Amino acid sequence: MTHYDIAVIGGGNAALCAAMTAAESGAKVLILETAPKAYRGGNSRHTRNFRCMHTGPLGPLVETYSEDEYFEDLLKVTKGKTNEALARLAIRTSEECLPWMQDHGVRFQPSLSGTLSLGRTNAFFMGGGKSLVNAYYRTADKLGVDVLYEAAVTHLELSENAVQWVDYTHEGKSHRITPKAVVVASGGFQADTDWLTRAWGPAAQNFLIRGTPYNRGIVLADLLEQGVSQVGDADQCHAVAIDGRAPKYDGGIVTRLDCVPFSIVVNKDAERFYDEGEDVWPKRYAIWGRLVAAQPDQVGHVVIDSKSIDLFMPSVFPPLKADTLEELAALMDIDGAKLKDTVETFNTACGDTSDFHPTELDGVATSGLSPAKTNWARPITDPPFYGYSLRTGVTFTYLGLKVDENAQCSTDTGPIKNLWAAGETMAGSILGQGYLAGYGMTIGTVFGRIAGREAAAYAN
Amino acid sequence: MQTDLIQEARRQAEICNACRYCEGYCSVFPALHANRAFTDGDITQLANLCHNCRGCYYACQYTAPHEFDLNLPAALAEVRRDSWESYAWPQPLARRFHTHGAAIVTALVVGFALLFAAIKMIGSAGGEGFYAALSHNAMVAIFAPAFLLPLASLGIGLRRYWHDVGGIGIRISHLTKAFGRAAKMKDLAAGHGDGCNFEDEDRFSQGRRHVHQAIMYGFLLCFASTSTATVMHYVFDMPAPYPLLSLPKLLGVVGGIILTLGCIGMIMLKRKSDPTLGDAKAWGGDMAFVALLGFVGFSGLALYALGASTAMPALLAIHLGAVLTFFLLTPFTKMAHGFYRLAALIRDAQRVS
Repeated sequence: MTHYDIAVIGGGNAALCAAMTAAESGAKVLILETAPKAYRGGNSRHTRNFRCMHTGPLGPLVETYSEDEYFEDLLKVTKGKTNEALARLAIRTSEECLPWMQDHGVRFQPSLSGTLSLGRTNAFFMGGGKSLVNAYYRTADKLGVDVLYEAAVTHLELSENAVQWVDYTHEGKSHRITPKAVVVASGGFQADTDWLTRAWGPAAQNFLIRGTPYNRGIVLADLLEQGVSQVGDADQCHAVAIDGRAPKYDGGIVTRLDCVPFSIVVNKDAERFYDEGEDVWPKRYAIWGRLVAAQPDQVGHVVIDSKSIDLFMPSVFPPLKADTLEELAALMDIDGAKLKDTVETFNTACGDTSDFHPTELDGVATSGLSPAKTNWARPITDPPFYGYSLRTGVTFTYLGLKVDENAQCSTDTGPIKNLWAAGETMAGSILGQGYLAGYGMTIGTVFGRIAGREAAAYAN
Repeated sequence: MQTDLIQEARRQAEICNACRYCEGYCSVFPALHANRAFTDGDITQLANLCHNCRGCYYACQYTAPHEFDLNLPAALAEVRRDSWESYAWPQPLARRFHTHGAAIVTALVVGFALLFAAIKMIGSAGGEGFYAALSHNAMVAIFAPAFLLPLASLGIGLRRYWHDVGGIGIRISHLTKAFGRAAKMKDLAAGHGDGCNFEDEDRFSQGRRHVHQAIMYGFLLCFASTSTATVMHYVFDMPAPYPLLSLPKLLGVVGGIILTLGCIGMIMLKRKSDPTLGDAKAWGGDMAFVALLGFVGFSGLALYALGASTAMPALLAIHLGAVLTFFLLTPFTKMAHGFYRLAALIRDAQRVS
């Protein structure tokens, strides 16, 4: 059996970046991917872009995006809960990553229709994240990296601040290997509903998982139990409001709904609970996951009328449709009279709508209503009426492994000399809460490459 | 049109329209994303825009075993073939060949037999060269209708297509754009220019694009050879046979070699590709068609090489029999796709102009 210098646990973007970097330094690398080949790549297969600093036009990116602007964008969403040194390291390094990604087979495309606001800041992968993952597996193969699919790591034996061996199962058999160095890049724990429930309470049973069902946090839990330093709160995650009819796992991008700004959103008691028009949707979609999670039964119901049905990206499932609000309420299984009352109260609070502008903050607001709707507030009057249900869709969790600027893990007694972490499993080291589109791939790429470099330097 | 095929393609297109990750690959996705809902005509147009490069399949997060079970290249390939069959005229021939490779082989044998019979029964009437085996007038009497009738048939089918996809008056700018895309086969290069995913899963390669270009340009050179010979015969009173350093021979020999090699390459690539990502039912029919086309080129070359030998009359019968079969089957085999593809590209040029 081949002796490996480095075992990389996980098979997504961060794992592949680490594996390729280490292999290019001459190390013999094994990737242990718990998913079958068809589902390889973890959440990376659902991603679509890479947020990238640039001091001039770069690849598909136009104009410039400075380190400070990027960092400020990050601070806005994390409300200051950010490790500045690591965040800035990721931001600064992102610029050299883009050409590196191209050299390793990634191809970019112009900003997608419906995402023009990201054309300066985010480089979109042609074909999306699965094509990136495919390209990286091809490149890794050429570099001599071996890959085992359906290889579930069960335990890393830690003693004297070093990983002594790695246990995994493959094709029904248990195996033990003793690599010189280990990179953990196996994501968060969001697919383990029991763990989520311990953190969130019973509400978590109603959460949908937007990405891979294979991120169950098994390696993360194993390391935390052995005293590896952790970071982040168990109830912090990237969660958005998605179509309630989405599959439990792996619904991905198509389950998002962009209709909230043109709607009112009510809970199962047919009551509004938040300002639907607070800001443009790309800046607000990430808070709605938590808003819906806080409602009874963790569900929200979007109500729009025929004026607004063509103002947002088409949904993967057709909307509920009815000629009256009572009929729509029946389809949603909520109280019809109450919904009608809520809509009429809202309609009465609407004022002059002549300045309505669907793609800008138009200031068309309600008056005397609580909660107010501060933009795009048009009365819901024109049948047919349309509805969607909203549920909380978890992308990834932030509780993870604490790393330093070399992506190295540690315990209370100091650094673990042969253990590095990259990607979502250590993203909590940088993000305390909130999320910025495309930053997960930045963290994965930057820290994947660092982990690969450091692990190879140790192993060689 | 088969509504179940259209409905399945529509189901998939609606998922694609909520995703849009593949926008940069080819002409299909910008056209798809321009709609919120898809009429049967929209789906037919998208199907004929698709070149089955498979880039979107290998990039897709929603392919089986995912419950969305996307396989857009296959869904569009099935609608596409069904559209050619549904628009074809006369209808009794429409569904006989695309999915029946054996029928194409049978037609070829019949073609051989007809030409052997013609040579035996009509003969030379004192001509020279190939006309020593079969007279010029007999060839014209056989091939003028065999060429013109299929063109008329295709014209009828294309008119039906144009109506269904909502085509409007064609301008020069539409044609230049469409012919430009077809000439480079841009939709087989993907937006990044690395080619398509065909013979080795998700590896991008120019293989299929290059062999397809060989077939197309080889065929066009052969066609140009015949056309120049016709002009030389009728306009300049210069009947065959022609020396090697003449336009018909130069175009024909070069075209025949390129066409034959292209068809061999295509068959080899198709054998390596995954049939479930295309129109699996038409696999045999498509293979038989490519083989027929390659045989037209190869038998033409053989006829040229051995034209002065005693094998000439038999080779002439075989070559002309293949050509006859190829012409007559054009509206009912994969050959039709070239015409529909061009129509779809013209229609797409109208959408964006």
